[in-house]
Amino acid sequence: MTLPVLKASDFASDQDVRWCPGCGDYSILAQMKKVLPDLGVPREKTVFISGIGCSSRFPYYMNTYGMHSIHGRAPAFATGLKSTRPDLMVWVITGDGDALSIGGNHFIHVLRRNLDINIVLFNNRIYGLTKGQYSPTSVEGQVTKSTPMGSIDHPLQPLSVALAAEATFVARSLDAHVKHLGETLKRAAEHKGTSLVEVYQNCNVFNDGAMAYAQEKKQRAENVIELENGKPLTFANGTKGIRLVGTHLEVVETSDVPADDLLIHDETDPNPSIQMMLARMSYPTMPEPIGVLRAVGGIPTYDDQINQQVESATEKKGRGDLNQLFNAGDTWSVQ
Amino acid sequence: MIRVNQQTNHVSLVDSRPKSKSRHNNLHMEATTSKAVRSVSGITVRLAGDSGDGMQLLGTQLTNTSALAGNDVATFPDFPAEIRAPRGTRAGVSGFQVQFASEEIFTPGDVLDALVVMNPAAMVTNLGDLRKGGILIANEDGFNEKEFKLAKVESNPLDANVIEETYRLIKVPMTQLTRDAVSEFGLGVKIADRCKNFFAMGLVYWLFGRSLDPTLRFIRDKFGKKPEVAAANEAALRAGWAYGETTEAFGESYQVEAAELTPGTYRNIMGNQALAWGLITASQLSEKDLFYGTYPITPASDILHELTKYKNFGVRTFQAEDEIAAVCSTIGAAFGGGMAVTASSGPGIALKAEAMGLGMILELPMIIINVQRGGPSTGLPTKTEQSDLLQAMFGRNGESPIPVLAPQSPGDCFDVAIEAWRIATECMVPVMILSDGYIANGSEPWKIPSFDKLPKIEIRHPEGTDPEEPFLPYARDENLARPWAIPGTPGLMHRVGGLEKEDGTGNVSYDPANHQHMTDTRSNKVTKIAERIPEQEVFGDQTGDLLLVSWGGTYGACHTAVKRCRDQGHAVSHLHLRYINPMPANIGQLLSNFKKVAVAELNQGQLRMLLRSKFLVDCQGINKVQGKPFTVSELTESIDQLL
Repeated sequence: MTLPVLKASDFASDQDVRWCPGCGDYSILAQMKKVLPDLGVPREKTVFISGIGCSSRFPYYMNTYGMHSIHGRAPAFATGLKSTRPDLMVWVITGDGDALSIGGNHFIHVLRRNLDINIVLFNNRIYGLTKGQYSPTSVEGQVTKSTPMGSIDHPLQPLSVALAAEATFVARSLDAHVKHLGETLKRAAEHKGTSLVEVYQNCNVFNDGAMAYAQEKKQRAENVIELENGKPLTFANGTKGIRLVGTHLEVVETSDVPADDLLIHDETDPNPSIQMMLARMSYPTMPEPIGVLRAVGGIPTYDDQINQQVESATEKKGRGDLNQLFNAGDTWSVQ
Repeated sequence: MIRVNQQTNHVSLVDSRPKSKSRHNNLHMEATTSKAVRSVSGITVRLAGDSGDGMQLLGTQLTNTSALAGNDVATFPDFPAEIRAPRGTRAGVSGFQVQFASEEIFTPGDVLDALVVMNPAAMVTNLGDLRKGGILIANEDGFNEKEFKLAKVESNPLDANVIEETYRLIKVPMTQLTRDAVSEFGLGVKIADRCKNFFAMGLVYWLFGRSLDPTLRFIRDKFGKKPEVAAANEAALRAGWAYGETTEAFGESYQVEAAELTPGTYRNIMGNQALAWGLITASQLSEKDLFYGTYPITPASDILHELTKYKNFGVRTFQAEDEIAAVCSTIGAAFGGGMAVTASSGPGIALKAEAMGLGMILELPMIIINVQRGGPSTGLPTKTEQSDLLQAMFGRNGESPIPVLAPQSPGDCFDVAIEAWRIATECMVPVMILSDGYIANGSEPWKIPSFDKLPKIEIRHPEGTDPEEPFLPYARDENLARPWAIPGTPGLMHRVGGLEKEDGTGNVSYDPANHQHMTDTRSNKVTKIAERIPEQEVFGDQTGDLLLVSWGGTYGACHTAVKRCRDQGHAVSHLHLRYINPMPANIGQLLSNFKKVAVAELNQGQLRMLLRSKFLVDCQGINKVQGKPFTVSELTESIDQLL
């Protein structure tokens, strides 16, 4: 039997997309529809679960199963679903406010449990749906509707949080770099365990150009470093690189140092320390990494284990018999 | 206002005629007393000591042994919220009350026939409940200067003249006698002293003619890996029994004959255990694996502890990072087609409110259990109350009605769990079960059902058939329920969410008329359940001077109180609600049949508010918020005042 070949358009629902014209979300939606047919998972076995926020309208636009849930809790819904239905491919769509502010708790716990789902975190560093308040990833000093004198909050770094929770797959991409985005989503989907992809996403209404240093092609070469496993860390068209000195990373001119001085990227290292250093590199003092920071395989997933316990208990004791259970222990008869 | 009068309406410890004994079990009294035995119809005893004294264990053993002897039993464990409250203090006192009787009983008893106290703190905090002439057994060794200070008493309370004059005081040097009894096993003093609850148990067993066998079996099972500890506990138990037999302090012991229960096989069951078993049973009846997402909270955690033992029944338990994740995981499992349940107590239910609203608007079947405790806020974690009724009814934003059921006794938790899942799946709606700390930890004899005779719960999931026919996830059947289409079904892909949905398609809709229609439909769906639940029954006559209305865990006390009032010739009847939302269709009629309606509940009048607003009936309230269940005498007094 041959499976029907699906196209990107097969994954589009009949609903009109209602994001603002020019929103970075369109690009992520387009890449998702493009990637899904390659994964070979039928549409009916695919579920998108989101929280609340602009990004969280995403499931309505996919012709799969979907749930637009409540603010910050999508990972918890996904946990119940994937634990009982490991046959499904489950995606969580979230934003910087949804995942890191109201949903911070669920975010770290789903990552540490290594549930086999894929999380796409749209990071635009602003609250869009509530019209322009600062978010947990907004930069210090940012003037927004709720911070007229500038934000005094120190921002949270999603990748650092994920690495601290020892997530098994941590990556970053850009809405404007569609090829890279598509490839990163595909790798996330293929990873067994929780995958986190942070996507720099431009909110052209409330925070336009906040990540232009990374998104704009002209600036990207200087400010972004594309990670490749097993390759030295270089950027600026190979003219600059990253070197590990003691417990710090530093930028060097590649012409000034021997080639083997440069740090070689190892996404498979179970120790997240150097990956954490990469995650902490931030503009303008350092280039920001995109690509896969961490991909550690072979770690048991939560859904596998919860089901294995059921299987091994059943193997050991046999399928439960209620009449036996009711009558076990001390009983007495009245005639 | 409830006033507690400890001297009235007591029925226990009176001579009763021997009843026909039709009980069969393989137990035998391995020791027989040579002293006089007095037959009584029932006994209420409370065992009180420090949290670490093993009183809960003693109580549980006495309960099981009495149940095995064929008595009807009802229990009331009462313990502090602190795991190890300061030793010897009044705050650290842990108690276990049990009534066992040769007649049908519904409460653990109002006043005590016997009180066992292990230290002064236990004595001063519990003595008020002991009836005049009742037996007071004190561990003399626990009464010393150090303990007086800890209990904040100035002198030895046992020495007060009034004690000897009012009660039958029996002082027993339990600590020393236990040490003597276990000396041959070479245990340290600390471990040896831990055996003294078994000494107390032996003495209590002698006094009430209980067999040692079930507890001996328990000791061997529990301490099998530490034979010297098992042997010491057994020696302490036997020494306690022998002490009763030999000391001159006890002239006679008491015998409670077997009760006449409906024929069948029985076991003792606790409320939370019955709830857990009911959930597993419902899962098997509907051929759905059970997913239980929860966060630890008193007094609901025991449901988790119980369920997680039964993975071979297809039970998956998930201890979430918080209450919100617990309920959300449950909704996720329901979306996937599983039997999904979450449980908590008041504070946790407050946290679940937003997600419950989502479950309600998604129209997915699930069960939310609230084992109520004293509130508000953290309140009284280990004490009972019924103050979350309005939270269950209305504690979500927007128009968000869900069915609410309330079990009336520990054993009834089993039936209510099954009924909740039947309603949830028939109507595609989250169902709330309101248990409480009193029935959760209380126990009673439970007539064991045969699984094969329980009616199946039929569940249909639509199949994707005609690809040309658009799937309508919010189409309605005769119950106004929508189809439960689950992921994995080709052709039925659809999206659900918390935004208002268009009728039929489920697409997001802000249309005013549609919102009205959907709100009405969700509400009507719950109202319509009244057509399929049994009519309300009344205990007593269908008309009369006063109808006592109650709900949930107060059934036993209210039923007993009404029975007593009727025995005294009053025209009082009892209406006990298990279905709170919707109520049975005939409630309005029944309320109007009586000159007066009184609503007894452990809150400030929440059901009364519902009844008044729904039926325009002038209900009187009998209310108590002390973290304790009603006593029967409190209720009979209140009824007398209202008549």
